[in-house]
Amino acid sequence: MASLPAEQSAAPATSAAVAKHRSRSPFALLMRRLFRRPLVVVAFALLLAILAVAVVAPWATPYNPMKMDILGRLKPPSAAHWFGTDEFGRDVLSRVMLGARLSLLVGLLVVVVSTVLGTLMGLAAGYVRRLDGPVMRLTDALMAFPDILLAIAFMAALGPSLYNVVLALGIVYTPRVARVVRAAALVVREMPYVEAATALGATSPRIVFLHILPNLVSPILVQATFIFAYAILTEAALSFLGVGVPPTTPTWGNMIAGAQQYFQQADWLILFPGFAIVLTVLSLQIVGDGLRDALDPRLQKVT
Amino acid sequence: MFVYIVRRLAGMMVVMLIVAAVVFVIARVVPGDPAAVMLGASATPEDIAALRTRLGLDEPLLAQFLLYLGQIARFDLGDSIFLNRPVIQALAERSELTGLLTLMSVGIAVLIGVPVGILSAAKRGRWVDQTALGLAMLAASVPSFWIGLTLIKYLAVDLTWFPVAGYGAPDASLGERLRHLVLPAIALGIPNSALILRFTRTSMLDVLGDDYVRTARAKGLPPRVVVLKHALRNAMIPILTVIGLTAAVMIAGAIVTETVFGLPGVGNLIVSAVLRRDYPVIQGALLVVSAIYVLINLTVDLLYAVVDPRVRY
Repeated sequence: MASLPAEQSAAPATSAAVAKHRSRSPFALLMRRLFRRPLVVVAFALLLAILAVAVVAPWATPYNPMKMDILGRLKPPSAAHWFGTDEFGRDVLSRVMLGARLSLLVGLLVVVVSTVLGTLMGLAAGYVRRLDGPVMRLTDALMAFPDILLAIAFMAALGPSLYNVVLALGIVYTPRVARVVRAAALVVREMPYVEAATALGATSPRIVFLHILPNLVSPILVQATFIFAYAILTEAALSFLGVGVPPTTPTWGNMIAGAQQYFQQADWLILFPGFAIVLTVLSLQIVGDGLRDALDPRLQKVT
Repeated sequence: MFVYIVRRLAGMMVVMLIVAAVVFVIARVVPGDPAAVMLGASATPEDIAALRTRLGLDEPLLAQFLLYLGQIARFDLGDSIFLNRPVIQALAERSELTGLLTLMSVGIAVLIGVPVGILSAAKRGRWVDQTALGLAMLAASVPSFWIGLTLIKYLAVDLTWFPVAGYGAPDASLGERLRHLVLPAIALGIPNSALILRFTRTSMLDVLGDDYVRTARAKGLPPRVVVLKHALRNAMIPILTVIGLTAAVMIAGAIVTETVFGLPGVGNLIVSAVLRRDYPVIQGALLVVSAIYVLINLTVDLLYAVVDPRVRY
């Protein structure tokens, strides 16, 4: 305990040096390498724009997205309704904007669920040797089902609701995170500084969460970006099949599903929500790809 | 080789056992009484009790699981509640369509992905390469059901080149039925061609940097021969893996595509089973599809030895 005040008093003196050092931290380097490519910058800006629309949607839609107008139904795009109107006369642009909120929400929550579960599983498998076998066999089995099929099965058991979609997709994508985290943890575990921490008598949770986990942030971030993209695609497919988010909630997938009877005459009903999905997923994949390349300069040369 | 196959089969059995457990658990986490859920609101308590006994729901959980494993071992996947038929029979009846659809989609994905991937690697960094990579990423970002709907709207409804939906009359010729599968196969094949393209390109680039390729070039062989004969053969292994993987993914993708095009295949059976809460069908389909998935992966691994004589297990 006696050494503690000394450490504290030393802290202010070195803070300037620390701040200077931080600007060259691996994360800052990564960001600089990431945004060197113009395409990644464009994709990132697009994502921010879509996110902004999602955040302000409830107050910014030109019309009430739920308001029906039977006389103005199935009107093609015009100056008054840029994206046209649907089978109940609702404004498609307003619904696509609100859909951004719901689809991004599902994607984000899926990322949170699968990242937290997957990181815990991956750390357990990568750090505790005895758990490695069982945890990896479980991920093997979960990955023996194609994504969409496993998600459908969970939805069949849980019943349609937005949070059940999050839970089902969260479980489906957990193994992807778990594998990446385990592989990286196996490498980091053998690093000299982990050995040093062990020698100093650090407890296992301390080593795992304070010494190993911070070094896994980058690969987890890459996986999270791709899972975000897959989650939006799979949510749309589940909703399209009628086993996802209940049809009254205007996610992009539900908008396309609801248009199935009318799209042969009114193609704007499927085109605009479809473009929204493609644009969002494409941007996420470009950013994810950029992140992965920035993390692995060797890969950048090849790809 | 033989020892390797046995070991792989044993590993596969372990994975399938866990798969069976997952499938078993999924059907048990249903909130409420599965028997009551399946029979709906109009069921009498006697009906529910009878179904509970028939499904073995009154036994302890472990006994139920062992009973279930015993059934699977005898290829008995139970009876569909709604169709009143063995699940395996219902699956078999619809497997022709789904099998054909998957094969055609794999064909389309390979025909696009492999040649463009090779070209992309050979012209690395040039505009052909950039364009191909851009298109691949775009293809991977488009939901297959949306491609399906747009194909229906523009190629089937507007231009009337293809039938809008369905699988033709029951007595339709194979050619006629295949015509009904063209648009679904494109819708399913395009998003999956992206992965094959990217893998082909990366795998080719790895090999093209090798010394023996440089030697071949130095000997004065034409670039075509170097790329297609010397490099491609050695790049084939990762490409085969990803083709196998995509084939397995497409079986599941068929679920969505069959719904878009109103095709009476396995996917359609699964979706209606989910909507009707026909659990034996859902469980059976899950088991069969994941078994096929695991088997395809095993086959691909064994194919390595055929493609590359250096691989010995």
